[in-house]
Amino acid sequence: MAQFSLPKNSQVREGKSWPAPAGAKNLQTFRIYRWNPDDGANPRIDTYQVDRDDCGPMVLDALLWIKNRIDSTLVFRRSCREGICGSCAMNIEGQNTLACTMGIDECKSPDNALPILTRKDKDGAIRIYPLPHMPVLKDLVPDLTNFFAQHAAIEPWLQTETPAPEKEWRQTPEDRARLDGLYECILCACCTTSCPSYWWNGDRFLGPAALLQAYRWLIDSRDENTGERLDGLHDPFRLYRCHTIMNCANTCPKNLNPAKAIAEIKKMMVEREV
Amino acid sequence: MAPTARPTVAQPLSPHLQIYRWTWTMAMSVLHRVTGTALYGGTALVAIWLVALASGPAAYAWVGWFFGSWIGRIVLFGYTWILMHHMLGGLRHFVWDFGVGLDRSTRMNLSRGTLIGSVILTLVIWAAALILR
Repeated sequence: MAQFSLPKNSQVREGKSWPAPAGAKNLQTFRIYRWNPDDGANPRIDTYQVDRDDCGPMVLDALLWIKNRIDSTLVFRRSCREGICGSCAMNIEGQNTLACTMGIDECKSPDNALPILTRKDKDGAIRIYPLPHMPVLKDLVPDLTNFFAQHAAIEPWLQTETPAPEKEWRQTPEDRARLDGLYECILCACCTTSCPSYWWNGDRFLGPAALLQAYRWLIDSRDENTGERLDGLHDPFRLYRCHTIMNCANTCPKNLNPAKAIAEIKKMMVEREV
Repeated sequence: MAPTARPTVAQPLSPHLQIYRWTWTMAMSVLHRVTGTALYGGTALVAIWLVALASGPAAYAWVGWFFGSWIGRIVLFGYTWILMHHMLGGLRHFVWDFGVGLDRSTRMNLSRGTLIGSVILTLVIWAAALILR
């Protein structure tokens, strides 16, 4: 049975409120999840004020501004700052996304939220948490060991029986086009950690990111291991814990559609039986 | 895979349901489960009615009185909506199982349509029942 509430050591407390930068006129409040493995205390929410006139437009700019100007102990992953490395995936204003491609002005106005169930906040603060339902290493850094192990489990490489050609495995432009919308995945884990089914069954359900990659190899015209790949997914948990909740497709910062990939795998399962 | 450095204290679990922003598809998925579970109770209502029908006029009159009372009508109205919502939800999932209707605007509209459609169908059924009886 799924546990809907947080364990005792994970419950979030009110943290420190850092003073606003002196002389700043255009302030934006950020409320950020903090947890330090060294002090043994519960996670807390720290409040920071960012000077918008001195800061870039993206949420990642604000995080870096905070780290440089206010609190150097704030920990988060980031690398490319242009949405291709997937490092800065986190939960911003209740939705998983990349801090580097999410504008500070843009994260308050989601296009798919359910208004009556969306909390109305009075302070106008932007709330930032680590990716949901993951073990936290520190602050905004989740432990992605299981996520990457699941990616490895679907064997994300070309598997063939026929001897390798002299130069390269060839593919028609049409067959190559079938990989569009799949190969662009950057493994940021936004989709997988947005999935309630993954929250409750993450130990056995592969999750949307791994399954999107599984489909990417299933429909690759050059891959010759389709049958065994499907056998590996034929399991009540690995594939079929997907209940088409579609948080994955709603949240993907690259606008991919893992829900559709999973639906196609389920179709392949049926089609090979008939 | 290289082993990850483990902190000395138990790692907390990051917040999930507490912070995640509800989306239409997520809410309708939950509602589909809730209505599906509630249908056990609805089926019990049908069973009670059938048992009463088989038991004779006295039992049937009593059940007829209960279903005709205000509380009974509210229960039946709720059961109608739950049944309609679960039926439309089932149809929505049936469409999705063909791999269609999964793009951003269609999946939103299908989810909204489930809620709107179930309310409209419920009202139509009750209006028809009240007019035709």
